[in-house]
Amino acid sequence: MKELRLMKGNEALAEAAIRAGADAYFGYPITPQSEVIEYLMANRPEDRTGMVVLQAESEIAAINMVYGAAGCGKKAITTSSSPGISLKQEGLSYIAGAELPCVVANVVRGGPGLGTIQPSQSDYFQSVKGGGHGDYKLIVLAPNSVQEIVDFTRLAFELAFKYRNPVMIQSDGIIGQMMEKVELFEQIPRVEPDYDWATLGRKNGKPATFITSLQLQAEEQEKVNLRLQAKYREVEKNEVRYETYKCDDAEYLLTAFGSCARITRKAMEMARDKGYKVGLLRPQTLYPFPVDAFNKLAEQVKGILSVEMNAGQMIEDVKLAVNGKTKVEHFGRFGGMIPSPDEILNALEQKIIGG
Amino acid sequence: MSENLIKPENLVYKKTDAMTDRVLHYCPGCGHGTAHRILAEVIDEMGIQNETIGVAPVGCSVLAYYYFNVDMQEAAHGRAPAVATGIKRVFPEKYVFTYQGDGDLAAIGTAETLHACNRGENILIVFINNGIYGMTGGQMAPTTLAGMKSSTSPFGRDIKTMGSPLKMTELVAQLPGTYFVTRQAVHKPGNVRKTKRAIKKAMEYQKLNKGTCFVEIVSNCPSNWKMTPVQSNKWMEENMFPYYPLGDIKVPEEK
Ligand SMILES: Cc1ncc(C[n+]2csc(CCOP(=O)(O)OP(=O)(O)O)c2C)c(N)n1
Ligand code: SF4
Ligand SMILES: [Mg+2]
Repeated sequence: MKELRLMKGNEALAEAAIRAGADAYFGYPITPQSEVIEYLMANRPEDRTGMVVLQAESEIAAINMVYGAAGCGKKAITTSSSPGISLKQEGLSYIAGAELPCVVANVVRGGPGLGTIQPSQSDYFQSVKGGGHGDYKLIVLAPNSVQEIVDFTRLAFELAFKYRNPVMIQSDGIIGQMMEKVELFEQIPRVEPDYDWATLGRKNGKPATFITSLQLQAEEQEKVNLRLQAKYREVEKNEVRYETYKCDDAEYLLTAFGSCARITRKAMEMARDKGYKVGLLRPQTLYPFPVDAFNKLAEQVKGILSVEMNAGQMIEDVKLAVNGKTKVEHFGRFGGMIPSPDEILNALEQKIIGG
Repeated sequence: MSENLIKPENLVYKKTDAMTDRVLHYCPGCGHGTAHRILAEVIDEMGIQNETIGVAPVGCSVLAYYYFNVDMQEAAHGRAPAVATGIKRVFPEKYVFTYQGDGDLAAIGTAETLHACNRGENILIVFINNGIYGMTGGQMAPTTLAGMKSSTSPFGRDIKTMGSPLKMTELVAQLPGTYFVTRQAVHKPGNVRKTKRAIKKAMEYQKLNKGTCFVEIVSNCPSNWKMTPVQSNKWMEENMFPYYPLGDIKVPEEK
């Protein structure tokens, strides 16, 4: 049965985690995402589903608790915002290296440093290009509404277990804090893990299982890297998600992700009202990036404006995707500032249409 | 096969089932191997091989998961108590232990250790204090004695600039979350027997859900102390034990 509610993005994420059948949440408070753990603590998921919720002593501890629970084949999730996500990078690298499934949400705020508690998209590089040490990838989902927060939380667990890889939900202070109508999915029952890779306690007669990201021999570590790379190619083949608006006849293309894509869509409509044939491509997965979609549109449009709440991060992937076929420019506000549709339209006219 | 040839009453030594057949990589005379062995014996004797999940540290015992014949997870440096928390919280009925060196537990992992103990996680923490960073080649540890030479305190630990050796075990004993805290050694048969009894008690207590059990083992590192195994044990008795006295520090109150 469908259930409609008016919810804040952060609360919706927490509710979706419970309903997705998560076994454990470990987190540490930080603005603008503390509502996630507050909601979980108040809603007693231990009574609803048996899900464990624990406030850790730090983001470092939280991500390592996730490692432990994920190593047991359990559905584990942690959430934080930018400075806390920086602390989780060590753990994420180990989780990626040990090939454990887990979900991490970053409700991004402006940086660097302590920065600002206002929304931002300045952690794109950190999420998409590694963040921690070593050759690894996170699958990165970028919701642009409270509804997508809910849908992507569920999807994130599915992808995490399908690929045994950490999945990042890249939210931001706008989506985390805003209230919207949301349709919740029905409770998915928690399941007892039965995976041969997980530490479930040794099975009689079977050799013990261990979880590790360590290989002392270079030959063995290279094998691990090759296996990871093969997995990432599969992810790139199967999991690209994006939306296009009015791209069929577009002569110019706007691109943006997350909350910024909603503002950019408004700018697109204003441009259309002015008679410009403008389309919008909104990546829903930042990794894997919609390379082919950009590549195809690059043959059709005269230029692309990448609108981001940062100093220009996704634009690098757009440029790589279009490979010089068309002009690509960036427009951004940052440090917690949010671009207005007027500003975006203006930048489009200046940098792409007129330029 | 050979077991069939030996009558039970004549059996003096049997490989414990909770250890694999892998050859230990530890240096000759190192306490790590003995500590592994007695922990494995306890698991074996309690018959909990299938219900035990261990957490290996980063340090000389990083490969502990090769040696214990139980399911294991290898944690990042210092994070074992957090990893063990994650395991125990989703599998409260399992026996969970961490096995950590002094650098791992008392330097980089201080916060994880203190908070796991303070929450009273129902886990066993085995703490191998050899006063040095063994794995990385003998650098100063938080537990390195005053005046003790290491590769990063080549003129001896100067407590004015490098701080005093940290008594982590006394520290965690202060926390209401710990249930049983003890300091032992494994360099002599008598100490091995005492340590084994302590580990067994600690494992058994885990079923009571009364809090963290913490067993420190003061140990040696002949390679980085640059001594023979025999010299290192003597040096340990003369220098380590006075600062890190052996014995129970916190025992459960008798009912
Ligand atoms: C984040 C991080 N920092 C540093 C290291 C390097 N390192 C590996 S083991 C170790 C010290 C180990 O000493 P201890 O915990 O006392 O264990 P021992 O080898 O003495 O048994 C260090 C510093 C690392 N692996 N990871
Ligand atoms: S370096 Fe020291 S602690 Fe490590 S195995 Fe050798 S003797 Fe043991
Ligand atoms: Mg040491």
